[in-house]
Amino acid sequence: MENNIFELQYAIDTFYFLVCGALVMWMAAGFSMLEAGLVRTKNTTEILTKNVTLFAISCTAYMVIGYHFMYGGGFFLDGIAGGDSLVEDALKTSADNGFGGDSVYSGASDFFFQVVFVATAMSIVSGAVAERMKLWAFMLFAVVMTAFIYPMEGAWTWGGGVEGSMGENGVFGIFSLQELFPVLDAAGKQVVEDGEAQWIGFSDFAGSGIVHMAGAAAALAGVLLLGPRKGKYSADGRVNAIPGANLPLATLGMFILWMGWFGFNGGSVLKLGDIANANSVAMVFLNTNAAAAGGLIAAIIVARIMFGKADLTMALNGALAGLVAITAEPSTPGALGATLIGAVGGVIVVFSIVFLDKLKIDDPVGAISVHGVVGIWGLLAVPLTNSGTSFAAQIIGMLTILIWVFVVSLIAWFIIKMIMGIRVSEEEEYEGLDIGECGMEAYPEFTGSKGSGI
Amino acid sequence: MKMVMAIIKPFKLDDVREALSEIGVQGITVTEVKGFGRQKGHTELYRGAEYVVDFLPKVKVEAVVDDGLTDQVIEAISKAANTGKIGDGKIFITAVEQAVRIRTGETGAEAL
Repeated sequence: MENNIFELQYAIDTFYFLVCGALVMWMAAGFSMLEAGLVRTKNTTEILTKNVTLFAISCTAYMVIGYHFMYGGGFFLDGIAGGDSLVEDALKTSADNGFGGDSVYSGASDFFFQVVFVATAMSIVSGAVAERMKLWAFMLFAVVMTAFIYPMEGAWTWGGGVEGSMGENGVFGIFSLQELFPVLDAAGKQVVEDGEAQWIGFSDFAGSGIVHMAGAAAALAGVLLLGPRKGKYSADGRVNAIPGANLPLATLGMFILWMGWFGFNGGSVLKLGDIANANSVAMVFLNTNAAAAGGLIAAIIVARIMFGKADLTMALNGALAGLVAITAEPSTPGALGATLIGAVGGVIVVFSIVFLDKLKIDDPVGAISVHGVVGIWGLLAVPLTNSGTSFAAQIIGMLTILIWVFVVSLIAWFIIKMIMGIRVSEEEEYEGLDIGECGMEAYPEFTGSKGSGI
Repeated sequence: MKMVMAIIKPFKLDDVREALSEIGVQGITVTEVKGFGRQKGHTELYRGAEYVVDFLPKVKVEAVVDDGLTDQVIEAISKAANTGKIGDGKIFITAVEQAVRIRTGETGAEAL
């Protein structure tokens, strides 16, 4: 009978993982719609092509090698299936862990849940480099990012201690993001529980830093080499607006992301099958929702005060900023705390977008501000509610990931620039990338077989 | 025959169409257009950056009418499209040399 209950728990936790993974997969649609809405019509087909392709590349590159780097699942996932004794092994682990202990679930469900996070990190890049980057240069970078850059830094926290992962021995064997500072008792000696020394490490629940800030760092490296869109900044220093073409699509994209985020954060609890974890999952859903609401309210109020009118695009960015901010720790704040963490994110994002424009860093959808700047805020907010963390550990972890992703991305972008160039010609940029890169428009007119299209 | 071309505020189109029907205008052609007049558009902010809306949306109404009806048409449009505020639009009149109804081949005023 006990085994039957463990089998049921295994099934429920696996099922929960898969459903959350599917929710996160849907975020790819959210990013696509958000970005398609915030670019001009002449670049719509191209940005959609980037979004669908990067998702497929992420899934494939992570399957071939990325997952192995991050969690040691073997090349082509040949290590995740489990042997003939799969059921026995799972039952034994369940019995060892106990009913309320660490989750036991299918290896395939773990891959499925993790792979959609890679795609999310890569989606962040596409928005920032929109309207001027060569399609195939972007795809090449997507391979490097999803096969190597992201799995490496992800392993340092989430793969830490996992046998066979690149994070098993810390960051290049130098230090471990999981074991940065010893937990000390009153006498100044390291606390040891159940024979294991206790550490304060870098904590990033679902990836404010590991996924979002990392994506933004890669994007920033690309944007610095790429330069702003033609006409965005005048010679006299004026910042010119380039309004997005379809705000209904951008709004739909934001709502899809908001919904997908329940899987992103909720699934990161990793377990549903007992009362304590079910409560934790519910709290994470609640907090994720509250933070998005707080972020949106804060951003639209700040925009109203700064610009005189309710800027919808800032409200959309505000909701996403709230979500990014809460992602580093959605389980320990209360509902009001989560709302405030999100609201601070919503305030930061508006100022960050305006500030980046002053630096002439052109980011058509605000991805660097939403995911990068607010991602850093999310990491730094963790110790406010989670007593098992510290600001010093959060800062060390944040800088480790930031520097790694930014520097390696910069090198990768530079090499791609040398090989094939990363920016389309000036003429193509003015004509629109839809025709230049894809040979078709998103909204064709007068294009029938005889020219009239009617 | 005269071509009456009126640039009006888009939301006044229904009123203008009704007013023209009442005085016996048989057909009009309507186009969505953009442009500016003495006001030169206005500025807005998008994500904190200023942009100028030079070209405001308007509707262009074109009607070819018999010479005798022209003054009535001008009066009807002027009355129906008037709000008294900036941007009510303009009416232009040009002479039309010929008109042909494609189906029957009728010409001149018969074709209107």
